[in-house]
Amino acid sequence: MTMLRDALLSALVALGLFGVMIGLKTDPGPTSLVLTWRPEAVAIAVVVVFFGRLALLSWRASRPAVAKGPGQVAAVMRKAGKYLAPVLLVLTATMPFYAGRYYLDLGILVLTYVMLGWGLNIVVGLAGLLDLGYVAFYAVGAYSFALFATEYGLGFWTCLPLGGLFAATFGVLLGFPVLRLRGDYLAIVTLAFGEIVRVVILNWVSLTGGPNGISGIPRPTFFGLTFSAAGGEGSFADFFGIEPDISQRVIFLFYVIFGLALLTNWVSLRLRNLPLGRAWEALREDEVACRSLGINVTITKLTAFGIGAMFAGFAGAFFATRQAFISPESFTFIESAIVLAIVVLGGLGSQLGVAMAAAVMIGGAELLRGIVIAGVDLVEYRMLFFGLALVLVMVLRPRGLVSGRTPSVSLGKAREIPAEMVAEGRG
Amino acid sequence: MAELLSVENLTMRFGGLLAVDTLSFTARAGEITAVIGPNGAGKTTVFNCITGFYRPTSGQLSLTHAGGHGFQLQSLPGHRIARVARVARTFQNIRLFAGMTVLENLMVAQHNTLMPNVASGLLAVFGLGGYRPIQARALDKARLWLDAIGLTERADDVAGALPYGAQRRLEIARAMCVDPVLLCLDEPAAGLNPRESDELSALLLRIRGGEIGDGCSILLIEHDMGVVMRISDHVVVLDHGKKISDGTPEAVRNDPHVIAAYLGDGDEGLE
Repeated sequence: MTMLRDALLSALVALGLFGVMIGLKTDPGPTSLVLTWRPEAVAIAVVVVFFGRLALLSWRASRPAVAKGPGQVAAVMRKAGKYLAPVLLVLTATMPFYAGRYYLDLGILVLTYVMLGWGLNIVVGLAGLLDLGYVAFYAVGAYSFALFATEYGLGFWTCLPLGGLFAATFGVLLGFPVLRLRGDYLAIVTLAFGEIVRVVILNWVSLTGGPNGISGIPRPTFFGLTFSAAGGEGSFADFFGIEPDISQRVIFLFYVIFGLALLTNWVSLRLRNLPLGRAWEALREDEVACRSLGINVTITKLTAFGIGAMFAGFAGAFFATRQAFISPESFTFIESAIVLAIVVLGGLGSQLGVAMAAAVMIGGAELLRGIVIAGVDLVEYRMLFFGLALVLVMVLRPRGLVSGRTPSVSLGKAREIPAEMVAEGRG
Repeated sequence: MAELLSVENLTMRFGGLLAVDTLSFTARAGEITAVIGPNGAGKTTVFNCITGFYRPTSGQLSLTHAGGHGFQLQSLPGHRIARVARVARTFQNIRLFAGMTVLENLMVAQHNTLMPNVASGLLAVFGLGGYRPIQARALDKARLWLDAIGLTERADDVAGALPYGAQRRLEIARAMCVDPVLLCLDEPAAGLNPRESDELSALLLRIRGGEIGDGCSILLIEHDMGVVMRISDHVVVLDHGKKISDGTPEAVRNDPHVIAAYLGDGDEGLE
């Protein structure tokens, strides 16, 4: 009885929500938009919600009372993770040998987000500083790369570190005034910083080209050898005596971002086991205690911000050279939100979790393209799936896909620390 | 005995509230100095001033190292008080890094030894800067303190899961890993059972005597009079932010002012 009432209530809420959202459709009319009323679609949605809720409730009721403890789930995940990480690594490294051009492009996109996720993980996951403006450093990296490459004609391998350096400098500059703020306040200020950087780029037309962006950014070279479809003198294909093919550049780009992502991963894993990374984690656990132990809290936070920003700068530089064109549109708040969602979904501080979350959120969403159901491309609904995935993970695994932390140092055998014990940080 | 910490006319005012009122006392090197007093007497405020968490409204806090080097604690930034002046502290409500292991807690405390500056911290990523021998020494020191507090077996357990008494001991060991000349303990015996308090007293006496570590003076806030009377060399009694008595445990115990403050003269309740 209570089940029925619950299901009816859900159906009522669904009616209220979907009545407008699904029931009213705007169509272009002869002079203006015309509203079309679709009662049958609403009816279907409401019926689905009613029976779905009923099914969920009866499933819950029939389930045995003893639920699987979180420890068990974590143990299974850990065991899987041990084998999953090397398998994923090999699969990614050999991707150019079995995947087509489309999947390679997608792989590059996913790896860019994996790298951004790992970079942000240093700031949010390790140091516990909630940064909502991470895209600002991505933008700084991309624009400094683009400007150095187009204005001064510097090569890819010179501009790449410059992009990272500039982003890190910006990270430290932003860090100085805002790191005294904590928690929500820090989040708001970093959000504002992200927007400020975008607005400045948009309006500083003489330097950045404003909304027109910067085009003609040189493509990366392989030790001075260019990749071009035409081949010719000094090109990669010419030097190695092979047929020029545009996919050579894609494969090269793929390995560049793969290498950059692995570098990010290696540096953050290494730092975690060193005093600096340990201080970040201690800061996340208890800032006051850190201060009482003589740790310079400001400097420690700044290094986290700076190093996180540097990797965003590398990713931005890579983005610029891959696209050959950048404009402020690529650096909106939604990018920060996506990267943060990847970190939260993956599990704060977990490298494997972040990589998996990026693959699912970016790759998975892209794979929906072309799947047409009832006349609509599913990719149009990617934000819906995003939201659904977030809600599902937060309900089932509130600390992210892969949670728990491995101690940075141990006398005996290191044991995983359950996520419930680990603080999330208050900025 | 040489003077280690000299508090002169310390005043701390929060808006209209005078928490500490022109307080002066000294703590001598190699001694355990206890600061006692009823709740709200201003003891923790004094501690927060000494350890740099509060900036005193006025007054001087001078710390003199054995070598004669002096520090004005009231004008040092918070983190430098632990790092340079070598004053370490524990907290009334335990502040361990609960999500890190016991060993990691002791390693974080040696942060400044392990990483003298940011550049060396970054160089260590590439295996440069001679990090390994430093880490080996830090681990040795952590082992020493683990043995001293009897937590060697639990070194790789997460600190937040330890029993209460062990967390108290770990916090003291963590503070001692800073290599302090003065250890400030804020109610270390609170919540301990009699056996644990006895063990704590023994541990503090060993720390003072230099049996573990390099010898360290102790400044102690405590409500457990058993512990205070047993281990203190010198007791300072506060009430309403003012010093009402100062002397050996014996002298303080018989001071009529102290008895009045604790037993109440008029409306004040028993501590």
